[in-house]
Amino acid sequence: MKELRLMKGNEALAEAAIRAGADAYFGYPITPQSEVIEYLMAQNTEERTGMVVLQAESEVAAINMVYGAAGCGKKAITTSSSPGISLKQEGLSYIAGAELPCVVANIVRGGPGLGTIQPSQSDYLQAVKGGGHGDYKLIVLAPATVQETVDYVKLAFDLAFKYRNPVMILSDGIIGQMMEKVELFEQIPRSDKVYDWATTGKEPGKDHVIITSLQLQPENQEKVNLRLQAKYKEVEKNEVLYESYNIDDAEYVFVAFGSCGRITQKAMELARKKGYKVGQIRPQTLYPFPVEILSKLADKVKGFLTVEMNAGQMVEDVRLAVNGKKPVEYYGRFGGMIPSPEEILDAFEQKFIGG
Amino acid sequence: MNEELIIAGFGGQGVLSMGQILCYGGVMQNKEVSWFPSYGPEMRGGTANCTAIISDEKISSPIINTFDTAIVLNQPSMDKFEDAVKPGGMLIYEVNGMTRKPKRDDINICKIAAYDESIKMKNTKIFNMIVIGGFLKVKPILDIENVIKGLEKVLPERYHHLIPLNEEAIHKGIEIISYENKLN
Repeated sequence: MKELRLMKGNEALAEAAIRAGADAYFGYPITPQSEVIEYLMAQNTEERTGMVVLQAESEVAAINMVYGAAGCGKKAITTSSSPGISLKQEGLSYIAGAELPCVVANIVRGGPGLGTIQPSQSDYLQAVKGGGHGDYKLIVLAPATVQETVDYVKLAFDLAFKYRNPVMILSDGIIGQMMEKVELFEQIPRSDKVYDWATTGKEPGKDHVIITSLQLQPENQEKVNLRLQAKYKEVEKNEVLYESYNIDDAEYVFVAFGSCGRITQKAMELARKKGYKVGQIRPQTLYPFPVEILSKLADKVKGFLTVEMNAGQMVEDVRLAVNGKKPVEYYGRFGGMIPSPEEILDAFEQKFIGG
Repeated sequence: MNEELIIAGFGGQGVLSMGQILCYGGVMQNKEVSWFPSYGPEMRGGTANCTAIISDEKISSPIINTFDTAIVLNQPSMDKFEDAVKPGGMLIYEVNGMTRKPKRDDINICKIAAYDESIKMKNTKIFNMIVIGGFLKVKPILDIENVIKGLEKVLPERYHHLIPLNEEAIHKGIEIISYENKLN
């Protein structure tokens, strides 16, 4: 039997970054994700794998350090929480525009502004619709457990390098702070692979490698955009992940992601006990969004309820997927408040059953 | 078995580690577990709490509002969580520093003088292990040996020589906890 550890989400994320063979972590502390950098510092990573762990002077510096490391073909990761992630948006847009791989984790807290340090999902739209300027997408993974956090760090690096695109792990204060059982994957050695797109020093007879997100000629910038759009089509085709529960006989479907997906699952169980045929879809990739399954379900169920710890953000994507075929309602709490399974069930009964 | 537990008290009483030790004990006994700490503004006010769930089945929601058991170690915690115990559930309270008794009559109530006992044992740091012992007496959800194994995981290795003392504390807790209200 493999060793099971009881770990905090943030610590597990940090351990997974080391084991995924990350070359560098750059970050700046902010609640509720400061345990990531604390854990990495305590691990003495330079001795363990040679991984660089650096506390930058700000979030802006940290994301630009990631940009630099990614430009050298290195596996780089940064983590922060909502206000800090807002600061990183310019850098993320540049990295996406320059087509470089990196991993960013957002342990979301309530906003706007400095908001609260309590858990929230109010950065959904920022994460899935770009966040910074320009036509770009992040691949967005939404773990619901500490185990998924660990697994998605590895997956995030794989996808980042497969598509040369930034990948965001959209977690929250619940998953970051809670402890659960985890099974860790074996250490992946750091790679010394030299990528032809990476700037590793020009050798005689070799062309310059230029990394830039600047094209002064609009014709060239359009080419970049077309290439990005083609890449996103591939991502949408290949990388959708979701978990479904009880959808075979479902008359209603709950849609919820991350920690809220777990709370909603409990609400679904309560609804089943009361005799309502409720199923659930939990998107594990938020971009690409599980459009196809929702569209298929829209042909046979009576309605959808999205449950989110925000003022109703993912509900927009669910409505696009359902495309007017069936009613799509929303229920949520925000500002750091967490809905209970009982109040979700109440909301469902009020909206669909008439209670 | 599905035990939903809140442990609350002052910072420094070992509230968060009590939850961790029980959860690790659960891992050792092949249970599903989750642990969630208060990390928000209440931490700054000097009180701390954690929710621990130990279950035979996969845990869907780690956040709950009502509990099978509340272990309260100071008056503000009793005030906050007495009403959150499910009817028929269990409230365990430390007598030291309490200014009133629990009010409810639809739950089991147990008291433990763990603080006084820890002074008698000449080490107030084992206070929380005495409480754990008391809890396991009235809610025998885990084997003591697995809780000790859990403790070995939570305690840094340099403190492992204190494990026999902690085990003694658990047995002391088993001995001294008593019912104030027992439902049939």
